[in-house]
Amino acid sequence: MSSASRVLPGFGLSLGFTLAYLSLIVLIPLSAVFFKTATMDFERFWSVVASDRVVASYKLSFGMSLLAAAINVVFGLMLAWAIVRYSFPGKKIVDALVDLPFALPTAVAGISLTALYAPNGWLGQLLEPLGIKIAFGPYGVLVALVFIGLPFVVRTVQPIIEDFDIGFEEAAASLGASRWQTFRRVVFPALLPALLTGFALAFARAVGEYGSVIFIAGNIPFVSEITPLMIITRLEEFDYEGATAIASVMLIVSFILLLVINLLQGWTARSTRRSA
Amino acid sequence: MTSAGSPLAGRLSVSSTHFEDRLATRDSTFVKALILTLSLSFFALFVVLPLILVFVEAFRKGGETYIASLTDPDAISAIKLTLLAAAIAVPLNLIFGISAAWAIARFEFRGKQFLITLIDLPFSVSPVVAGLIYVLLFGAHGWFGGWLQANDIKIIFAVPGIVLATIFVTFPFVARELIPLMQSQGREEEEAAIILGASGLQTFWRVTLPNVKWALLYGVILCNARAMGEFGAVSVVSGHIRGETNTMPLHVEILYNEYQFAAAFAVASLLAFLALVTLFLKTYVEWQVERNVAVENDK
Amino acid sequence: MSIAIQSIAKSFGSFRALDDVSLDLPRGELVALLGPSGCGKTTLLRIIAGLETADAGRILLDGQDATEKHVRERQVGFVFQHYALFRHMSVFENVAFGMRVKPRKERLADTEIRRRVNELLDLVQLGWLKDRYPAQLSGGQRQRIALARALAVEPQVLLLDEPFGALDAKVRKELRRWLRRLHDELHISSVFVTHDQEEALEVADRIVLMNRGRIEQVGTPRQIYEEPATSFAYSFIGNVNAFHGKIEGNFVRVGGDLLPHARTDLTDGEPVVAYARPHDTEIIGDAPEVAGVAARVNRVLSNGGISRVELIANGPERGGAKDYFEVEVSSEELSRMALENGQRVRLRSRRLSLFRDQASG
Repeated sequence: MSSASRVLPGFGLSLGFTLAYLSLIVLIPLSAVFFKTATMDFERFWSVVASDRVVASYKLSFGMSLLAAAINVVFGLMLAWAIVRYSFPGKKIVDALVDLPFALPTAVAGISLTALYAPNGWLGQLLEPLGIKIAFGPYGVLVALVFIGLPFVVRTVQPIIEDFDIGFEEAAASLGASRWQTFRRVVFPALLPALLTGFALAFARAVGEYGSVIFIAGNIPFVSEITPLMIITRLEEFDYEGATAIASVMLIVSFILLLVINLLQGWTARSTRRSA
Repeated sequence: MTSAGSPLAGRLSVSSTHFEDRLATRDSTFVKALILTLSLSFFALFVVLPLILVFVEAFRKGGETYIASLTDPDAISAIKLTLLAAAIAVPLNLIFGISAAWAIARFEFRGKQFLITLIDLPFSVSPVVAGLIYVLLFGAHGWFGGWLQANDIKIIFAVPGIVLATIFVTFPFVARELIPLMQSQGREEEEAAIILGASGLQTFWRVTLPNVKWALLYGVILCNARAMGEFGAVSVVSGHIRGETNTMPLHVEILYNEYQFAAAFAVASLLAFLALVTLFLKTYVEWQVERNVAVENDK
Repeated sequence: MSIAIQSIAKSFGSFRALDDVSLDLPRGELVALLGPSGCGKTTLLRIIAGLETADAGRILLDGQDATEKHVRERQVGFVFQHYALFRHMSVFENVAFGMRVKPRKERLADTEIRRRVNELLDLVQLGWLKDRYPAQLSGGQRQRIALARALAVEPQVLLLDEPFGALDAKVRKELRRWLRRLHDELHISSVFVTHDQEEALEVADRIVLMNRGRIEQVGTPRQIYEEPATSFAYSFIGNVNAFHGKIEGNFVRVGGDLLPHARTDLTDGEPVVAYARPHDTEIIGDAPEVAGVAARVNRVLSNGGISRVELIANGPERGGAKDYFEVEVSSEELSRMALENGQRVRLRSRRLSLFRDQASG
């Protein structure tokens, strides 16, 4: 029977502190964006958020974030599968290092990836003769976003593969299914909610990412400027209104993504419970 | 933004021989080789290589330059500021995490689910926006800007702003580890302690805290890593004043933009080392928890 | 400690967990709160303990109003269904906990605490486990440690929530006997919650039978079994044959058949349900003029001195649905009757109990 426990103390104190701290640090400051935006007239707002250069940045940020998340879904699934299902030397180290993009400060990742893919870098000099230019262009953005998004997919899918009851695979095999049929019809559907959640998490992170991208992107107007950079640019010009207008667009996107992720996580939890 | 999954609760890795010994779950040698080659090459290219590069570049000009880069007064002051920001942000978010988990996991109230979502909010806000919101509040043209100027208090382009931005981006770390764990543990042990005569504080110190210590540590490790490594949010509020408002990641940026690559990578290597220590501690905690779960299941 | 429960009511949202419950439990008895899940028994136990607040009513402990008393001051020992042992403390520290958290001036010296804990561990016969952790114990061992921990604070009353619920059948039976013996040694007033009638009948001095937030009957196990006071009590306790029908003079009409009864307070046509225990039910030969419910022998299960005959009645008025009945007879009688599967017989009862049938009335 779940009811408020009357014997445990501290409800008022803990909830009161939680709400106060949440309001002071998060809610009130965030609301400043919308209050500030609300004081702008619509034409001014629109001229900022729909200007050609900003629209180009949306296209780059969203396009590359989608592409990066998709790449991470493919390779993240393979990596999670390998870590759970196969034994290979150095597996524990790989498992631990999967979280590196999460633990490594983004500025460090940024300069390191830049040095790696710059025309004179370890990988850049191999790619340049082939006419492939990564650093200081849109594909540099993609590389950075792939880097920071990887753990989101692996760590969302990995526990689902770990908990997946092998009885399902044995049942499918006993019913005559091939290994590929079993994967496609039994395993993959069970992993799908987690894959989509991982995709959404990686995408959400990528859209807002700044530190790792800014070094490698080259920041060429209309070509390789990401949306967060547009906010910074406005701030450096002391155009607070303009910065806030773009921030409000990004915040709305964040809220929508948060909602989508919540729904996906609910779906993942439900489908795991069903198959358990 | 959101860290993936709920990292700690109920982690229990299964030995892969478990799958490779069984016919139905064994992939063919070709498939296994293909998947391993693709995924590990990808991993080496995108994760391992950048990590190695940091250390190689850091020592490219020799140990002396390396040491000099780290003992430069600006570097030292950046290290100090980074430590200070983490030393304030982590304990505050720790207290918040415990408080939120106690309220959410031990009591029933309306809007609980919504509150949990709000706590996660800072993870889904771009770091740049996180910095901006404090500029809007405390900047020269912000809501409180006039008042702050009149009273000669500096928040933006000063240390308090950096601390605030750091608190914001690391806000959910401890709470999101504790809440699911304490919810799954239930409140019976605490009720038992109260019935046996323990006071609220005794119950908290002797029963609640020992039961969540690993999750607490886990949250603190992640919180600390992000606090020391944050770039975007801090960059917006910092003003990049050398020796005053530069954190380590910002110092890396400045050195890099001035083409002092060896120095930039030297400071970066320190941060990369911190990341490795974080991963090591994190893995250690996970092993501890796995062991405890294994003991509980083995009866 | 005697416990008096006066007009307790408790709702969770729109669900009425307890509906005006009053009960007096004398000192020193071992009482079972028995009922199906959701009947309110655990809620009542938690209200007695002070873990839950009643919406209305009072709790008196030894004649003193304890309704507003905090659980810490009620001097109750509580054993949780899943034991709630502190997982990070050794068995020894678990038992010592209640003594260690006392305010400094009431606290016993450490050597005294040690002595008491060892004593309690000996009482539950688990002294050899004192350095283990809860995760390393079996279910039955955890149960006994939880009990020792509750007893350590010398409670005036011991409350146990489904104490055997999480154990397997064999351990359950052992612990049942052990709890009874322990109670006989300590004579501490105890209340335990159970949904298992066998457990309540075997262990308790007194049973409080509950259903849908109300008390159906209070009595000794014998009274509860032999003289069920309500239709629910009859159907919940023990095996029983139920015949649904209508009053017709000195008979109950069950479909096309008649069952004789001795009640005089019922009017003709009233829908009733007639209960008979399997050992009070007789099998007689089938003949049209004989009163009794027609049935067919389905299966005969004989092991030992008592045999059980399973029968099926298949009246057309039941729309083809089958009713199963059970009769217990001695093996000699069984061989005398020489029953065969499928044989048509009639059923009658030496002791028939009638209740107004709420389901069809």
